[in-house]
Amino acid sequence: MPDTHLIEDGSNSMAIEALHWPNDDLSRIPDWIYTSEDILVRERERIFLGKCWNFVALEAELPDVGCFKRSYVGDVPVIVTRTGDNAFNVFENRCAHRGVEFCRELRGKVNEFICPYHHWTYDVTGELIAVPFRRGDKGKGGMPKEFDLGEHNPRQFRVSCRHGVIFATLSDDTEPLEEYLGPETLEQFDVVFSGRELKVLGYYRNRLNGNWKLYHENLKDPYHATLLHVYLATFRLMVAGQKSAMICDEVGRHATAASAKDDAIEIGDDLVDEMKGAYRVGMDLNDEDFTRYVPEFDSPWTVTMSTIWPNLIVQRELNTLGIRHIVPRGPHALDMYWTMFGYVGDSEEMTKHRMKQGNLMGPSGYLGVDDNEAIKFLQDGFRNSMPGEGVVKLDPDKEGGTDTLISEASIRSLYRHYREVMDI
Amino acid sequence: MTKERGRPPVEKFSEDERRALRFKIEEFNTEYSATLDDQDIHRWPSFFTNDAFYRVTAKENFDQGLPVGLVWLEGRAMFLDRVAAIENTMVFAPRYLRHYVTNVDVLGFNDAQEICAKANYLIVETLMEDSTKIFQAGIYQDIFVYDESGCLKLKFRDCIYDSLLIPNDMVFPV
Repeated sequence: MPDTHLIEDGSNSMAIEALHWPNDDLSRIPDWIYTSEDILVRERERIFLGKCWNFVALEAELPDVGCFKRSYVGDVPVIVTRTGDNAFNVFENRCAHRGVEFCRELRGKVNEFICPYHHWTYDVTGELIAVPFRRGDKGKGGMPKEFDLGEHNPRQFRVSCRHGVIFATLSDDTEPLEEYLGPETLEQFDVVFSGRELKVLGYYRNRLNGNWKLYHENLKDPYHATLLHVYLATFRLMVAGQKSAMICDEVGRHATAASAKDDAIEIGDDLVDEMKGAYRVGMDLNDEDFTRYVPEFDSPWTVTMSTIWPNLIVQRELNTLGIRHIVPRGPHALDMYWTMFGYVGDSEEMTKHRMKQGNLMGPSGYLGVDDNEAIKFLQDGFRNSMPGEGVVKLDPDKEGGTDTLISEASIRSLYRHYREVMDI
Repeated sequence: MTKERGRPPVEKFSEDERRALRFKIEEFNTEYSATLDDQDIHRWPSFFTNDAFYRVTAKENFDQGLPVGLVWLEGRAMFLDRVAAIENTMVFAPRYLRHYVTNVDVLGFNDAQEICAKANYLIVETLMEDSTKIFQAGIYQDIFVYDESGCLKLKFRDCIYDSLLIPNDMVFPV
């Protein structure tokens, strides 16, 4: 019998103090981490606004001083601005006066931000610089004499950039970004972000009907890749038996799923049998160029999907490159903001190849659709059925990195870290 | 890349020409919509020329001249591969989709004597055991040509959606 509490009224909204992890066992994940409002509130405090570096923007999105972008740290709206050649500010998108979320444009270029409600005005660094009628009108009204502009600024985040990627943290105690990523994740990060100047190729946005952590789990779960994604196996992009790895940091919160496409690999009858429905015998692409990998990276891997805790995915799937920015929207949904990019100096042909391969990923991707549907099906399971728990026992002696696809070791390492931070 | 193909009209039609073309394009869009509404997906590539370009992209990309598409297809082979993926490999819950295509505007010939047109579209989606919801609102920017048998075909269709935040995912083309 699972020892997760069955909730009398059928809801999953029990108080956080009453929640306990089943048997203190990392190979079992209780539903309530995906459904509880209280858990999400604690995640906001301790993870997104805690000792974490959150992705907020690419430098390439902000080419000039005064350029800004609406962004998020967790679900908290922020504004990212370029304030100098190599200087960026990140501050809360909330007027210090009455709380208006004052920046409404997705991106743009300004000299200052003016809150539309009472015209409180901020410079591009996020400093309050003007309050209309501060001294009143004809000697009447106005702010108290001692009112100090400097005491009324939107909350500032600390900023750290690496090779064109901008991160923010609210905590003074977050370790330096490179240390936070750890050498294993940094190595994979630097393959895509090597310092080559990025060129933004466009955006997608979708709202997934699942808890934000499910997206991390999905990419820390290479087991599903060979089964759910019929496309991967059928067109030999990823099959059990090919060279692959899950590369984890020491803390266990980040991971990179890596694989090397191997056109020579034979798919034997035993493998076809094991994959059951996941392999369509005899299907060929009409456009054979579609899965061609144009070598451009110093890496043994043709695919790396890095989950960078808590809100960033770096996608390098053949030659389609992108980042995915996770914004939690309550316990049951997340928004995914995708920024697809290439590099300055890409030939027109290379850009076209990236666009073609873009069909693999995203809200209408040959692989993307499968994951979005699976995440919804998971959340439906947690919401609709009696409270229960998931089982993550594959590759039982390991935690963190592994060299087989048939493993859930890096999901377990994530939840070891998560439980410590969340104190659950 | 996309801009070149989406060459603007340079020559207007006479009222008679426009009336005749508008009728033909409305019939085309009606059949196109019915094919997608019926999920008769393997018929979908036949609405396009062999060298056609098709893209579904957010208005924020279009407005900035950015090339990405949720769907980005060039040439018959890529159309066939998307159809094959939908029919054989993609995993998704069953759904009904219904297209409403209106405000057909026949703009004129471009410099290659091809017909430029646009139309608004609205797609509503119904998932089983869920209420019907607006899935996507957008505009088709089209270039039509006649094939050898005199039938209208799309040489270019850019589907530019206002609904920036896609609800979960987009399985079928629009």
